[in-house]
Order: sequence, then C-alpha cells, then structure tokens
Amino acid sequence: MKLLPRKSFLAGLVFILASSSLFAAGETHLEPSGANIKDVAALQRGARVFVNYCLSCHSAAYMRYNRLSEDLDLSEEVVMENLVFADAKIGETMRVSMTAEDSERWFGKTPPDLSVRGRSRGPDWLFAYLRSFYQDSSGQWNNLILPNASMPHILWELQGIQTPVYADHSDDESALIEIDHLELTTPGLMTPEEYDSTVRDLATFLDYMGEPAKLKRKQIGVWVILFLVVFAFLAYLLKAEYWRDVH
Amino acid sequence: MGRAASSLARQATAFMTWIDKRLPVTEFWNAHLAKYYAPKNFNFWYYMGSLALLMLVIQIVTGILLTMHYKPSAAEAFASVEYIMRDVDWGWLIRYMHSTGASFFFIFVYLHMFRSILYGSHRKPRELLWVFGMVIYLLLMAEAFFGYVLPWGQMSYWGAQVIINLFGAIPKIGEPLTEWIRGDFYISDATLNRFFALYVIAVPIALLGLVVLHLAALHQTGSNNPDGIEIKETKGEDGIPLDGIPFHSYYTVKDIFGVAIFLIVFAFVIFFWPEAGGLFLEHDNFVPANPLVTPEHIKPVWYFTPYYAILKAVPDKLFGVVLMGLSVMVLFFLPWLDRSPVKSIRYKGAWYKILVFTFTIAFVRLGMLGMAEGTPAQTIEMRIWTFVYFSFFILLFFLSKGGKTKPVPERVTH
Repeated sequence: MKLLPRKSFLAGLVFILASSSLFAAGETHLEPSGANIKDVAALQRGARVFVNYCLSCHSAAYMRYNRLSEDLDLSEEVVMENLVFADAKIGETMRVSMTAEDSERWFGKTPPDLSVRGRSRGPDWLFAYLRSFYQDSSGQWNNLILPNASMPHILWELQGIQTPVYADHSDDESALIEIDHLELTTPGLMTPEEYDSTVRDLATFLDYMGEPAKLKRKQIGVWVILFLVVFAFLAYLLKAEYWRDVH
Repeated sequence: MGRAASSLARQATAFMTWIDKRLPVTEFWNAHLAKYYAPKNFNFWYYMGSLALLMLVIQIVTGILLTMHYKPSAAEAFASVEYIMRDVDWGWLIRYMHSTGASFFFIFVYLHMFRSILYGSHRKPRELLWVFGMVIYLLLMAEAFFGYVLPWGQMSYWGAQVIINLFGAIPKIGEPLTEWIRGDFYISDATLNRFFALYVIAVPIALLGLVVLHLAALHQTGSNNPDGIEIKETKGEDGIPLDGIPFHSYYTVKDIFGVAIFLIVFAFVIFFWPEAGGLFLEHDNFVPANPLVTPEHIKPVWYFTPYYAILKAVPDKLFGVVLMGLSVMVLFFLPWLDRSPVKSIRYKGAWYKILVFTFTIAFVRLGMLGMAEGTPAQTIEMRIWTFVYFSFFILLFFLSKGGKTKPVPERVTH
C-alpha cells in the first residue's frame, strides 16, 4: 500500500484524463489552415485582402495602422498608400465609415469588429468559413460552417460560386436533407488553389491581428526561460549548500 | 579597514537597538523567521503555501498596473483590455501574468489544501488555521468571479448571469436579491462598477487580513509535517525542537528554489501558451459582451467547474444550489470529520488511502464534467461522482475513529 498515494494516484489521474473525450465533444473537426503568422509576406498579402474586402464593412477598431507598419516590415508611406483607404491618419485604428444604423438596416445586424475575431475563432475556423460559402437553390448565400450567416460571400468573384451536393438518403427513407459537399459550379477569377492560398493569408492576418504581441512574445519567452533555468540552478546550489548540515 | 568595518557594525547594532526600543523588529524577525523552527522533513507539498503567497503578491502588483489602464465601464471595459494588450508597453505581459496568475493561484491553493488532507495538517491543534485557510479560499473564489467579469467578454457577462441567477433560486427573497446584487434589472454597467470596487478594494483587504491571521495561527501551533507528529514534543536541552530547523535561512533558500522552478513553468505558459487551450483564457471571452446573444455553451473557468458539475447534476435548481454550497462548506468541517488518532496518511490504513484516492478522482472528474456540454450520459456520470464526493466526508467520519493505523515514530523521518 505504500505505493498507493504516489504512483497509483498519478496512474489513476492519467487514466481518467485519457479516457475522456469531453473536450472534443460537439466540436466540428476543422482541417488545419496552415496559417503561420511568422510568414511576413503572407501577413502583408492578408492585410491587403483585409483592407480591400473586409474593411468596407468590418472594422478593426483596436488595430492601429502604424502597428501594421511596425510588425509587417512596411514603411509608413507604403502603409498609407496601399492599406489606408479611409480618411485616416497613420496612428489611428482601422475603422469603417459605415454607421452601425446603416449596416444594421442593410445586413440585419452590424458586421462584428474583427480585431479579436482571430482569437475567438482561430485561424482554422476562419479558413474553413471563408471556403464554405455556397449559393442555395433560391440564389441566397449561405455557409456550411456558420449556417444562416448574415454575411454574403464577399469573395465570390475570386472563388466563383459553389453549390451544394446533397447526400443521398433515398435508401434509408429518412427525410433528412443533408449537404454532402460543395461543388464549384461557376469558376471565379482564381483557381481553387489560388483562392485557398488567398484566404489562408487572410486567416493568417486575422490570427496575427487578434494578438499582435504573439509575434514577439515567444522570442522573448525563450530568453526569459533560459535566464530562469540558470537562476533555478544557482538557487539549487544555494539550497544544497545551506542544507548540508541537515540530516 | 577592519576598524572601519567594526565601526560600521557597531553603528548598525546601535541603530537596531534604537529601533527595537521603539518597534519590536528584531523580535518579530526572530519569532517568525530566524528562530521560527519548522520541521526539517518538508517535501514537495510544502512549497505550495509559499507559492500561493507569491501568487497573491504577483496578482496585487500586476493588478495595480492593469488598473492604471483598465476602464470599469460597460462601454469601455472590453476595449480598454484590448488597449492594454496592444498599445500599452508590455501591457500584454502584465495582463498574461495576471490572467495566468489567477489559475496558478488556484492550482497552488488546491494542492495546498490537498496537502492538508494527506498529512492531517488541519487536525487538532490546527483547526483554526484550516478555518482561516477556508475563508481565504472562499474570498479567492469571490475575487476570481469578480475579476472574470471585468474584461466584459461574452463569458464574463453570461458567467456572471448564471452565477448571480443562482441566488434567484432562494425562495421569496431570490429575485429582489439578484436585483440588489446586480444593481439593475440585468447585468449592466452598474454591476460591472460595483464588482470592480469589490475586486480592487474590499476583497483584497479582507484577503490580506486573513493571510495575516492564517500565518499567525500557523506560527502559534507550528507547522505540521509529512509524518503528522508534533516536533515541539521532542525538544533539546536548549528548548529547540530536535527535528526543527530555523525557517530562515533553511526554508527561505529552499523556497527560492521552489519559486525558480515555478517561474519556469509560469513563464512557459505566459509566453508560449497564455490561453492554455481555452482553460485559462476562454475563447468566447474574446467576443465583447452582448446581452442579446447567449453563447452556445456557458461554463465557468476550470477552478469552479467541480462545483458547477455538482450544481448541474441536480435537476432541481434550489436543491442544486444548496448541494453546491454544501460541497464547499463541508470542507470547513474536515478537522472534525477525521477522528483518526493518527494525522498523516503515512500511518493510516488502506481505508484512508482509498478514500482520498476516490475523492481526488471525483473532484478532478467533476471538474472535467463541469466544462463539458452536458450530454445525458455526462449528467449521470456527474451524479455518480457527486455521490462519491459527499461519500468521502461521511465515510471519513465513520471509518476514521476505528480505522486501522500504524505505529507513529517519535521523530520525523526523511
């Protein structure tokens, strides 16, 4: 019984943790987006897509233009020329000119601010969402990942139009109408590969924008931990020295 | 040079004599550090107390810095937190230290309490010490709850909604009571403001006061140890416990080592894993609070989920609230529920080991189930573990008095 409190405790805890699929329950499995915020070129391309397509309706009210210049290796002039379309100064945040009242009237709800959306949803979700728009039989836009989303498919010119292919349930007699997959019926300006790459860049940018500090915190963290390891070693030597006479 | 040094030493002594006549600094230093004798056989579990104290200090210091930029207003709170994360120099670091610190505070408090269960640290003569500790734990829960509301995200808002509505289950006064707590008919700016006041002033003052009482009670009885024997009963000719060593410098240097190891883990989470996969910072809390949109899955942060699972296990709301309250309050009575003549698990029979083992599993499992979505199968499992949780206390009361024990040594073992 001597071993019980130590080893079997751990074993038991590991067992109950391992036997659990609680955290995965109910979550749709998403394909990895491959977004990498260390890829500055992808961030620059993503920023461009963002200001061209998203920023007309969605604000990023916590994100400053000059932060883009700092983090994306762009001069302030380049940012002003290529990324700032609104009447904004370099130190201001990315706002939209559309008023909340107008947008609510036009879309049914005000498009959410996207500053932190990359954090609440994660790049994989955003990547999947932007690839999952389709046009139903009545010509309405809908989305597989977020059914009945209020947002129309802004990037449809690039992607083309996808339409649903329904699963065949005729043999099991269930009245279920289920979308099996989407099919590109009208090609867009981009090939599917080019489109995926574009929305991957956008997801990468939104991921970065959700937490700009992420770019540097890991680099700093390495040095902090190295210091602490040395400190812990010295602290151990000090402790061992002080405790030499305790038996 | 020798003369200069000795003259300096003389001056220092004279200065301390001057001070000690007016304020008992040396006496205090000796009573609580240099001549406070702690058992020499402390193990891993005995780091938790000093680490919990360190967390309190980290939370207060980072909290003060955050308060310099945070705005306790429903219109500005969320934006001010993002301002801290983006525009304030090193604001993200301070915020992550604070948010990660909250979880680590609870990790240490739970392990600290678990240590008591292992070695009987709450048993006579340390009952008051335990009771003060429990009050600290309750205050910490209140503090964590208020603090979680401040970022004003969806989970802040709806978590507060769920918790405050629990008071609504009380017959007759429930509804007016919830209104009184919120200061409004729904969770609003008024609620946020009063929570902020309680969070930055009321609860911390009470916490600090209780930490002083907790330490005063500890130093009155002296520390317990993994063998659960009283070192004061075996003293040398000089009146010093034979198994005691001065807290300073032995345990101060040992705790510095403990702090260093902890800081490595702490830094790892802060710099590489601040959300801890949604456990320390929940994803839904990065969506601004919206009273009109209920999130799909409302759940408290991990340190509350064991009790939340007990609440959810009961179909009746009032009974669920009562049972949840009871599950926390029953811990207060632990010193009197355990009636074994022996304190430490080392000298208790298998009965105690099995009891503690199942209790631990029940607590962890309830914590995991409390975060889950709540399928019918999970609800049944929650009921089973709730039963196991309460059985621990009942069985402890009945089994401990006659439960098998082993002979306890007179001196501590290493």
